[in-house]
Amino acid sequence: MKFTGKVHKFGADVDTDVIIPARYLTTFDPVELAKHCMEDADADFPNKVKTGDIIVADKNFGCGSSREHAPIAIKGAGVSCVIARSFARIFYRNAINTGLPILECDAAIDAINNGDEVEVDLDLGQVRNLRTGEVFEAAPFPPFMQKIMAKGGLINYIKDQR
Amino acid sequence: MGMTVSQKILAAHAGKEFVAPGELINCKLDVVLGNDVTAPVAIAEFEKLGINQVFDQEKIVLVPDHFTPNKDIKSAEQSKIMRDFARQLGIKHYFEIGCMGIEHCLLPEQGLVLPGDLIIGADSHTCTYGALGAFATGVGSTDMAAGMATGEAWFKVPESIKFIYYGEMPRWLSGKDLILHTIGDIGVDGARYMSMEFTGEVISKLSMDNRFTMANMAIEAGGKNGIIAADDITRDYVEQRAKRPYTVYQSDPDAEYFEIREYDVSKMEPVIAFPHLPENTRPVSQATAVNLDQVVIGSCTNGRLEDLEIAASLLKGKKVHPEIRLLIFPGTQQIYLDALRRGYIETFIEAGAVVSTPTCGPCLGGHMGILAKGEKALATTNRNFVGRMGHPESEVYLASPAVAAASAIKGRITAPWEV
Repeated sequence: MKFTGKVHKFGADVDTDVIIPARYLTTFDPVELAKHCMEDADADFPNKVKTGDIIVADKNFGCGSSREHAPIAIKGAGVSCVIARSFARIFYRNAINTGLPILECDAAIDAINNGDEVEVDLDLGQVRNLRTGEVFEAAPFPPFMQKIMAKGGLINYIKDQR
Repeated sequence: MGMTVSQKILAAHAGKEFVAPGELINCKLDVVLGNDVTAPVAIAEFEKLGINQVFDQEKIVLVPDHFTPNKDIKSAEQSKIMRDFARQLGIKHYFEIGCMGIEHCLLPEQGLVLPGDLIIGADSHTCTYGALGAFATGVGSTDMAAGMATGEAWFKVPESIKFIYYGEMPRWLSGKDLILHTIGDIGVDGARYMSMEFTGEVISKLSMDNRFTMANMAIEAGGKNGIIAADDITRDYVEQRAKRPYTVYQSDPDAEYFEIREYDVSKMEPVIAFPHLPENTRPVSQATAVNLDQVVIGSCTNGRLEDLEIAASLLKGKKVHPEIRLLIFPGTQQIYLDALRRGYIETFIEAGAVVSTPTCGPCLGGHMGILAKGEKALATTNRNFVGRMGHPESEVYLASPAVAAASAIKGRITAPWEV
């Protein structure tokens, strides 16, 4: 899978309360959640994010609550991929289980600016900054997780196993 | 090579003699937990599997605690999805309001989680049950759905950090201060993906309520689980509650740790975590200039009887500062009743506090005590992220129940020895 999109850059320790504040957790409709995605970090984000855009963030993205509404909101907003220096573990698990593409790519974070166009090749685990031409290698996923992702998430994976 | 207590529990549930850190394993689950926010999402995923029964009706626990009693029509619909599912599929441990509690206070109290168990919960503070010597970790709704269907989940065996606490506990120090100090030391991702094992002479004397508080906040350091190996204090707690056999595991003397950290508690002060991360910690004596609008005592972190006891001891015969709103949330109906019988509720009401039915309520900015723009709250809860208790420009300071009660009296962050 390949994506090309404009980068929205965020800092370290972006927590799930910022990704989707709890005051909106009375629904899990992706369209509704997307209207408030990241709004406590950048109130304008839900308006300016376009389908295919990419979130780039520093360490520990998605820390805090276990709410799956966080990856649902990000997917609902049309974001194609999240690249971070590192992910908090529940968010990491939720992204794999729900089929939100994520990449851990330490070297790419400092070399990508807000607004850059970036190309992501999930199969190769590569991130290319189209502004500078630089290419970065992401950490590969263990084969077991790749299988879940290839099925589009954990539920489909389990269906196949049964 | 030996194993840590966390490795042993995972190995036992994977049907293996030994598991090594980094290994991916499939494990059988003892308990699968969800609440009114996460279970509806899990139920929708569960239904995609096209099955109409769960793996075991006695091993699933559903607790409406986040937006309950239902705060609005949408949350009422969410609760109804969970209630209907529980009835239709014969889930034994569904707790309606009136019988419920904040999930992580309720499950140990009811004896539903026991030493040696492997528990997943679609709530990040599921790690609380590590205080019983169980391996308990938070997951998302899809993992919960898969767990309800199969009774299994995949895990990466975590490395462990051992924390050793020694010295004499000062009078006003609590488990909350120990864990906030630890998070301040290692940071909000200091134990990311790892097991946090709490040990030492201080822990061996620590009450269960304080142990729950410590394990509860392992997630705030990024931990996969927090764990305290079961001992006589655990057995005393579990004995009257357990309705099934359980297994006590200890770490081997030659178990391998990623890191060992030691803390002398003797000269520690109560700790305050400043906005907007639990790692922004300061001793209370360096925090007393902060004026407050609201104080919250309760939550899955500090809503237990001992927490209410210490708050009542400070508030007895005193009045809440006229510019402070003090809200108190007993963790379960039983804790509420015990507090009532011991006179704490009367003390709180006479002091001018609000006492609520158990709910997660304000901790996550849900309901029952939301902050306006620019307001400051001190809370015994677990997170002080941007917008956590309300307006994105409000602030939350985290502290122990003793500091919270003292601060409610003085109207600013206050050390317990000042009142």
